[in-house]
Parts: sequence; C-alpha cells; structure tokens
Amino acid sequence: MSDHEQPVTEDELHAYVDGELPPDRLQAVTAWLNDHPSEAATVAAWRAQAEAIRARFGAVADEPVPARLKLEQVMRNGGTMRRSLAAIAAAAAVVAFVFGGAAGWMARGASAAAPLGAGSFTADALEAHRLYVVEVRHPVEVPGSERAHMTQWLSKRLGYEQRVPDLSAIGLKLVGGRLLPGPTGAAAFYMYEGPSGERYTIYCSKVPVGDSALRFKEGTTFATFYWVEDKVGYAVAGPDDREKLEKVTKAIYEQMDRPGAKKS
Amino acid sequence: MATFQQSVEATIPALRRYARALTRDADIADDLVQDTLVRALRSEHLFHGGEVRSWLYTILTNLNRNRLRSLARRPAISPIEDNDAPELPGPEAGGRDIERALATLVEDQRNALLLVVLEGLTYREVAEVQGVPIGTVMSRLARARVQIKTYLDGERPALRRVK
Repeated sequence: MSDHEQPVTEDELHAYVDGELPPDRLQAVTAWLNDHPSEAATVAAWRAQAEAIRARFGAVADEPVPARLKLEQVMRNGGTMRRSLAAIAAAAAVVAFVFGGAAGWMARGASAAAPLGAGSFTADALEAHRLYVVEVRHPVEVPGSERAHMTQWLSKRLGYEQRVPDLSAIGLKLVGGRLLPGPTGAAAFYMYEGPSGERYTIYCSKVPVGDSALRFKEGTTFATFYWVEDKVGYAVAGPDDREKLEKVTKAIYEQMDRPGAKKS
Repeated sequence: MATFQQSVEATIPALRRYARALTRDADIADDLVQDTLVRALRSEHLFHGGEVRSWLYTILTNLNRNRLRSLARRPAISPIEDNDAPELPGPEAGGRDIERALATLVEDQRNALLLVVLEGLTYREVAEVQGVPIGTVMSRLARARVQIKTYLDGERPALRRVK
C-alpha cells in the first residue's frame, strides 16, 4: 500500500488526536506511531492535555444556567448588562481619557501655530477608536436610528455638511455617532458594527493641511486608513486586518468623496 | 427546524464553559456570555444563516479580545493569576496546573485550542470563528500544545521568576 509509504506529518498527528484524520489515513498513522515511540509519547501528552482541560472545565456546561443568562431575562433587560466588565471598561476609559487627553492637549498647544501633522490626527482617531469600541452601553451619543437628527447636529457643530455612509452593503450597521474634540475644533465620530461584534469607526474633522492620498497606519491592535480632502481629514479605524479595513475604507471613501460633495 | 432563539438558548451552557476556560473567572465568564447574548439578539437581523453556534463563539471570542485589550491598557495591573486562591495541594492541584498552563498561552492560541478540545469545533469551524485559514488554526494549535507541554514538564519555577 502506498499509504504506508506516505510520510506522516505533524498536522496529521494533531488531526489524529482531534478526530479529524480522514479514515483512510487512520491505519497508516497508527502503524507509524507504533514505530515511533517518541512521537507517540508526544501524541499521548497532547491527549492528556485535552483530557485535563475537559476535566477542569467540562462540568460547567452541566451547571444550571444562572437566571441572568436565561434568554427571556436577557431580552427583558434589553441593553442593560455587565457589572464587572462595565467597571473594567470604565476604568480603562478614564485612564485612556486622562493620558490620551493630556497628550492630545499638549500636542494641540504645541501645534497651534505649526501645521498639523497627520500623525497627531491619526493618533487622536485611534485613541477615540480604542476608547469607544469597548463600550457596550454608551458607545455613541446619538444612535444610528436617529441618523437624520445626528447628521443635522454634527453638520452644525463641525461647520460643514456631514455625510454618514451607509455600509449595510458590506454587512456593517451604523451604531451611531458622537461629537469629539478635533485638531481645530469639533470632530465627528461614527461607529459601525459587523455581525460578530467587530467595530469600525470614522473620525473626521476640518484640518489645516492640504489634500493627501490614502495612507495606512498600523498600531498594535488597531489600524487606520486616513486621508485629507478639501480641508477635511478622515481616519477609518478598525481591527488590525489590513485587507478587511481596506474594503471598509473603500466603501466609506466612495460615499464620502463623491465629486461635487459640498464641504464648506 | 429550531428557531434562531432556540438555537441561541441551546448553546448557552457551552458558551459558559468556553468563557470559563477563557477567563478562568466565573463572574467575568458569565458577564461575557451575557454580553454575547445581548449582542446576538440585537443583531439577529445581521445573521445571514449558517451555524448559530459558530456565530456565537465568534461574538464571544471578539468580546473577550476587547476585554483583554482594555485590561492591557490599565497602567498598574496585577496579573490575572494573582486573583486565584493560594495554591494548595489537593485534588484541585491538577486542575490548577492546566489553568496556569492555559494562562501562559497567547490569546489566539488559547482560543484555538479551547474551541477544538473543549468545544469540539472542527478545524474548519475554528477557522471561521477566528477569520483565518485552516493552516493558521493548525499552527496555533501546534504552538499551544508545545507551550502547554513545556509548562507542565516543569518549567513553572522558571516561569514564575519571569512573571
């Protein structure tokens, strides 16, 4: 049988342990392990790990589900949730605000006369993203359901007509928006959410610099695409997955920068 | 044919198990499950068919990632393991070893390993949950197993020094 000649790969050993090995390889791998005691010991250790994990946590699934996790209870409470997680998020938000705020404020002071660097703009955008994407209860000031009101309000505060992109075509729902400090005054911040809870945000504001092409900036956990057009800077932030972020940015870019868009 | 809500309801015990293993803290785990359920019910209209179970694991995995990130941003923070009860010899000792071993894993590796060995997801399903190719799932799994083996084979004192 040529099967016996075919070398056994490490992937196959994992598949063997996890019951994912194709049936026609089972015999070959079993025979191979008989001849390779050291690899057989490794496979046994992997099995023991899996057993230990199941022994430690398996019984959790047999516990009665606490009342607060019953579906009707969750539905009744609607948006209200979390105790300790809210505390953690709140603590993180305060810290981020103090540090981000102070740094941002000093940067603004220093750059009041100098041209604004794109670095500071994207740093503000990433800070806002980091701060609000973890929020479950209050990620935005105005919910996406009040799009018309939000657009009117933020257009007035930012001094130019806001366009709030519709990203439903790529599976992103508008969570809503909020007003934030920007480099020369107000900035608008819009949040979108995908089907599995991943969030993307747009930070935009007037900036005292000329147009720039689309650029990519990678952080440690989040990344952003930013550009400047007609004295308005845009930064689109999301999880650090360039391909996905690029797709989202393109959809936004197409809607934000249609030729003839009024911005003054 | 089960309705969407029935499918969600049926998955709650498994979600609690996964969350407990991810966080190794009963309260935080149930908070994560609660947030996952709220998210799922809210965005039911965004669910485009497929496996409700995999989708719920995806939401929970993402929410836990957000939680770890906000934790990482707190300036002075004691390691999570410090919240554990003092180490005592006894029947729990074996279980605690595997908990500590899991705590040393990189997040993506821990997620992959738990989804496979504890939740019984196929490699393909884990690839969907993590949004990566199957090859990446395999290498995460392999690295997780090497790391746990190294830890359990007696690296603990050295590790504690590093912490």
